Amino acid sequence: MTTFLQATIAGLSLASIYALLALGFVIIYKAMQVVSFAHPAVMLFGAYMVSWFAVDLGMGFILSVVLGAVAAASLGWLSERVTIRPMIGKPLFAIAILTIGLDIVIRTPINNLIGLDIRTVGSPWGFNAWNINGVTVPYRSVAMIATALVITVLLFLFFRYTRVGLAMRATAIDQEVALAQGINVGRIFSLAWMMAGAMAAVAGMFAASDLAGLSQSTYIVGIKALPAIVVGGLDSINGAVIGALVIGLIEAYTATYQSSYAPWLGGNFSQVVPYVVLLAVLLIRPYGLFGSPEIERV
Amino acid sequence: MRGRPALFTRYEADSAMLPTTTQRVWLGIGLVAVVGAAIWLPRDWLILIATAFIASIGVIGLNLVTGYAGQVSLGHAFFLGVGAYAGAAFGGEATEKLIGMGLDVIWWVPLAGITAGLIGAAIAPIAVRLRGLYLAFLTLGLVFLGEHIFREWDSVTGGPGIGRKPGVLRLAGWRFDLDGEIAGYAITREQQIYWLTLIILVIMAFAAKNIVRSRIGRAFAAVRDRDIAAEVMGIDLTRYKVLAFGVSSFYAGVAGALLFTVTGFVNTNSFNLLLSFTYIAMVVIGGAASITGSIMGAAFLTLLPRIIDGLGGAVPFLEVSSTGLLSTSQLERIVFGALIIGFLIFEPNGLNGIWMRLRNYWKAWPFSY
Repeated sequence: MTTFLQATIAGLSLASIYALLALGFVIIYKAMQVVSFAHPAVMLFGAYMVSWFAVDLGMGFILSVVLGAVAAASLGWLSERVTIRPMIGKPLFAIAILTIGLDIVIRTPINNLIGLDIRTVGSPWGFNAWNINGVTVPYRSVAMIATALVITVLLFLFFRYTRVGLAMRATAIDQEVALAQGINVGRIFSLAWMMAGAMAAVAGMFAASDLAGLSQSTYIVGIKALPAIVVGGLDSINGAVIGALVIGLIEAYTATYQSSYAPWLGGNFSQVVPYVVLLAVLLIRPYGLFGSPEIERV
Repeated sequence: MRGRPALFTRYEADSAMLPTTTQRVWLGIGLVAVVGAAIWLPRDWLILIATAFIASIGVIGLNLVTGYAGQVSLGHAFFLGVGAYAGAAFGGEATEKLIGMGLDVIWWVPLAGITAGLIGAAIAPIAVRLRGLYLAFLTLGLVFLGEHIFREWDSVTGGPGIGRKPGVLRLAGWRFDLDGEIAGYAITREQQIYWLTLIILVIMAFAAKNIVRSRIGRAFAAVRDRDIAAEVMGIDLTRYKVLAFGVSSFYAGVAGALLFTVTGFVNTNSFNLLLSFTYIAMVVIGGAASITGSIMGAAFLTLLPRIIDGLGGAVPFLEVSSTGLLSTSQLERIVFGALIIGFLIFEPNGLNGIWMRLRNYWKAWPFSY
C-alpha cells in the first residue's frame, strides 16, 4: 500500500507536468487547428531561461520562473507570428511538418547552450519531504501538483468568465464568424501561443527541478505530453487534464511495478508505456477519449 | 507526333515515363554524369553519393505513403530500423551472441524489405481508422516503441552501446565492401558500393514510377485528395491504405538494410525521431508526390553537411571547435530546420517545383511571361 501511494504521488507529479504541456498543445490546437511539434522545444527553452536567470544571473527563484515564462511566451509569439501565420489555410499536415522544422531550429542552439552538463534551475525544494505514515511526500511534488491545479483552475475561469476567454472560445468554434463578430483573431492566435509558451516554461522548470536537472534529454518529457493529448482528444481542455493524469499515473505505476511483475518488457519500459497507451486508445477510439469525432461531409 | 512534343493522342503516350525527347536527352546526360562520377570522383565523395542513393530509396518509400497516398507517417525511422536489423540478421555474420544467417546480398536486401513491408502492412489496419494528425501521433509512438524493442532485443541488435555489423555485401563469393579487381582493372570498395546502390536505386525508382502511374497510383492520389470521394468511386480504402503502408515500408526496409553498410555499423539509437524528421524533410524539400523530387531531396540533404563543412572555413563566426558560437554540425541542423520552414512557406512543391517552373519557363520561351 505504501508503495502504491508512493507511486501515486510520483504519478500525480508527472501528470502535473504533462497537464501543463498538454493544455498548451490543446489551446494552440483549439485556436488554430495546429499541433505544434515545436512545443517541447519551447518548453526546453523556457526551462533553460529559468535556469539562466536563477543560476547564471542569481535572481530569485520565483522571479526567474516568471521571467522564464515571459521569455518562452515571447518565443511562442515570435514563432507563431513569423512561421505559422503565413501558413494559415494550408493543409494541417504541412503546418505540422513546419513545426518540426521550428523544433529543430529552436532546439539546436538551446542544446548547444545547455551543453553536456546537467544544469539546475535553482529550485528551492531539494530533498525536503513530509513523511506521512511512511509515505514520503516531497515538497517538490506538492509544489508541482498545487501549481498545476492552480493554473488549470485559473484557465477554466479565464475561458468561462472573461471577455478574452469568450473570444478564444468563439475563435475555436469558427474563426471567420469570430472575425465577423469583431474579434481580432490574429491576436487570439498570438495569445494562444503565448499562453502555451508560458505554461510550457513552468512545466519545463518542474521537469528539470532538483534531482532531475536540466539536460538535453529533458526534451523527452515534452514529447511524452503528446500521448496525453491524444488520450484526451486533441480539442478537449478537460481531456488534456484527464489524459495527463492517465499517462502520468500509468507511467509511474509501470516504473514501480513492471520490474517485478513483467520484467520481460525490458528495462525502462515506463519511458515508452505512454506510447503503448496511445496505441491502445487509438485502437478503441480513433479521436481520443474526449475528442469530438470528425464529421464527414460527402 | 513529330514536331509537336506536347501533343499526346494516346493515353499510353501521356502516361509514358519519358514522354518527350528533352526528357530522354536529360536522362542520357544524367547517365553519362553518373558513370563519369564513378570514375573521376574521390572515394569520400563516392561514398557520400552512395549514401544519397540509399536515402533516395527510403525517401521514395515515404513519398509513396505520404506524398502520393496522403497518409502522414512519422514512423519511417522505425521501418528503416526494422530493415537494418532484418538485413543484419539475414545477411550478417553470426557470433555467439548475435543471430546472423550470412545470406548473399541478392537475398538479404529483398528479405529486409519484405520483413519491413509485412510489419508495415500489419500496422496499417490500425492506421486505416485514423486520419490526419492522429495518424501522425500513432506513427510517432511507433518510433519510440521501436527504439525500445531495438534496445532490448539484443540477440538481433547487439544492445545499446554495443550495436552490430550490418549485412555483408557479398554475392556468390564476391565482396562489394573490399577493394577488388575486375578483368585487370582495380575497382575500389567505394566504387563498388556506388554501383551496387545505384543499380538498386534505379530498379526501385522505376518500380515506384510504375506504381504511381498505374491504377494503384491513381487510387493513392484519389485517397489523398478526398478519401470519401475515393470511396464513392469504388476505391477500397482499407486495401489501398494497407498497400501504401506495405510498399512504403518495403522501400524503407531496403534503404535501412543498405544505409549502414556504408558505415559498417548499426547502433540501436540511430532510429530516433530525428531520423524520421530527416526523411520527412527530404520529402518536403524534394517535393511531395514526385519520384524525381524524392531523389533530389535525398541528394540535397545528404550533401548539405558537406557543403556547410566547406563553408566552415569561409564564414567568420563559424568554428569547427566547440568554443565557437555554433559548430558546423549545429549550423547544419539549423539550416536543415530553416529549410523545412522556408520550403513549406515559399515553395511547397520543393526542389521539384523549382525545377518544374524553370522547365516551363524555357519550354514556353520566348513567351514565358
